Amino acid sequence: IERSRDRHKPRSKDSRSEKSVTINTPPAEPLLGDSAVRGEQVQDDNWGETTTAVTGTSEHSLSQEDIVRITKDLEDSVGLDCRRYFARTLAIILGLLVFFTPLAFLVLPHILWPENLKTCGTACEGLFISVAFKLLILLLAVWALFFRPARAGLPRVYVFRALLAVLVLLFVISYWLFYGVRILESKDDNYQGIVQYAVSLVDALLFIHYLAIVLLELRQLQPCFSVCITRSTDGETRHYNLGQLSIQRAALAIIEHYYCDFPVHNPALLSASKSRAAKHLAGLKVYNVDGIAHSQSRAMIAAAARRRDTSHNELYYEEAEHESHKMDGKIHLLEEAFTHIKRMQEEEQKKSPGDIMDPREAAQAIFPSMARALQKYLRTTKQQHCHSMESIQQHLAFCITNNMTPKAFLESYLTPGPTLRYSRDHWRARQWTLISEASVTSSLKDGSIFLLKCVDFSLVVTTKKIPYIQMSEEYIDPKSHKFVLRLQSETSV
Amino acid sequence: MSFVPGQPVTAVVQRIEIQKLRQEENLILGFSIGGGIDQDPGQNPFSEDKSDKGIYVTRISSGGPAELAGLRIGDKIMQVNGWDMTMVTHDDARKKLTKKKEDVVRLLVTRKSLEEAIQMMSR
Repeated sequence: IERSRDRHKPRSKDSRSEKSVTINTPPAEPLLGDSAVRGEQVQDDNWGETTTAVTGTSEHSLSQEDIVRITKDLEDSVGLDCRRYFARTLAIILGLLVFFTPLAFLVLPHILWPENLKTCGTACEGLFISVAFKLLILLLAVWALFFRPARAGLPRVYVFRALLAVLVLLFVISYWLFYGVRILESKDDNYQGIVQYAVSLVDALLFIHYLAIVLLELRQLQPCFSVCITRSTDGETRHYNLGQLSIQRAALAIIEHYYCDFPVHNPALLSASKSRAAKHLAGLKVYNVDGIAHSQSRAMIAAAARRRDTSHNELYYEEAEHESHKMDGKIHLLEEAFTHIKRMQEEEQKKSPGDIMDPREAAQAIFPSMARALQKYLRTTKQQHCHSMESIQQHLAFCITNNMTPKAFLESYLTPGPTLRYSRDHWRARQWTLISEASVTSSLKDGSIFLLKCVDFSLVVTTKKIPYIQMSEEYIDPKSHKFVLRLQSETSV
Repeated sequence: MSFVPGQPVTAVVQRIEIQKLRQEENLILGFSIGGGIDQDPGQNPFSEDKSDKGIYVTRISSGGPAELAGLRIGDKIMQVNGWDMTMVTHDDARKKLTKKKEDVVRLLVTRKSLEEAIQMMSR
């Protein structure tokens, strides 16, 4: 959601140029070894960008980013609500107008010229029932389609809804005009005609509702585009199929998919690899003692870089193996601790009924004995800031209540799940910015690229159109399935 | 070696006489045959014309009677003891070769090298 409400296109270009400045690629020359020579702690040249994001040691520290985010949240919630309420009140007014118009058409003649009206015959009264039920159906249909909790606040107005609202408004106004001029002015006494007029209005409203369903719901169901979403920090990629949508609605669908499918963004994993890289680079230094023969020094630099790369790879593989061994050891420890605990719990159940505890108390009783092992494991896998002690205890109580095995309890800590699974603190990106060259209300095209930026990372989205498929048919007569057995035998004599 | 329907088949043949070897209860010749009018001629690796449904020698056991008599792998058998082998089923061919009452089989075989040799001699 964009901060300001102005709709100039150049604004998106500005944020793009902003973006091109903030992407820093780490410098590749071997003189990076100088940072180690300086005797600092392990840092690379991007330390200003990344290491302030995650501290990971205590749960209550707020980084600079958090503070900025909180203030921005406060600012934005005010502006957002205004706009939403405005739209909602407009919609309610329109709805009431539309609903009461047919009733008004029917009631007004009785109020204004009751003595002139012809009595309503049976056909006319039948039409009353028809109006009543059609209005009821219209009410239910509008409730089903429009009265749903809002999923999101989009940067620009939802074009189809606006169009439909305008259409309905024009329609109702034209009916009122006709009614006012031809019926009220002339005080028409043909009540059946008036009732039929009201019925035609309700029919037309039902048709407009049908149009609304087709435009808002059905049109985007058939998949037309294949979108590829890549997270900029760790390259995690997924592919989805979308129908014909505008860019902002496509972005909304993509963000919802992101919350459900992508494993949670763990910045600790990224900074870990960088620090490891810097550590190994420190081993190789290239000094140019003579100061002459540039080609010579270039050859030396190339050789040093190659050696660094191969030693890099070896060290990476060693470290990865080492870590996976450590991981297995820790998982084993955890499972042991947990099985011991489970047995204790069953024993307790067999004990006297005076010792009965509810799940929360049971979890609290069990928790300390496995807390250490679990914490060690989380720290090794760099997930410690994803799970607070409170959430672990809650999960433990949940597993106990539902008779889950230790393996089931540990499952949620072994692999990173989708973002939605974690506590609300980790929905760090409630504010998404859509950065696109094309207007966000224009529809998706083949090759459109846009960015969804949130505070920690951005999602790069590319679109490809599903091609037009030309199929032809070939008829096979069922009688044409005939077979010959062709042997190839060899006999020894 | 291919034939034209309705026309007599002509080929340069070599006479080979094989003495059957007694091995326990069986009389063996020491080679394997493939082909036949009920078989798939396209899978025959030895034939030049892939529609040739004749009987071909597919394997020769080393040191066996067939090898000693001069039979070579890839030979096409045209006659066995006077019986025609160019238009027989695989099983018929086997039966003609493995008659228990006969100790010796006289084959007429043809191979490409024979044709070439004759052609060179006639030039």
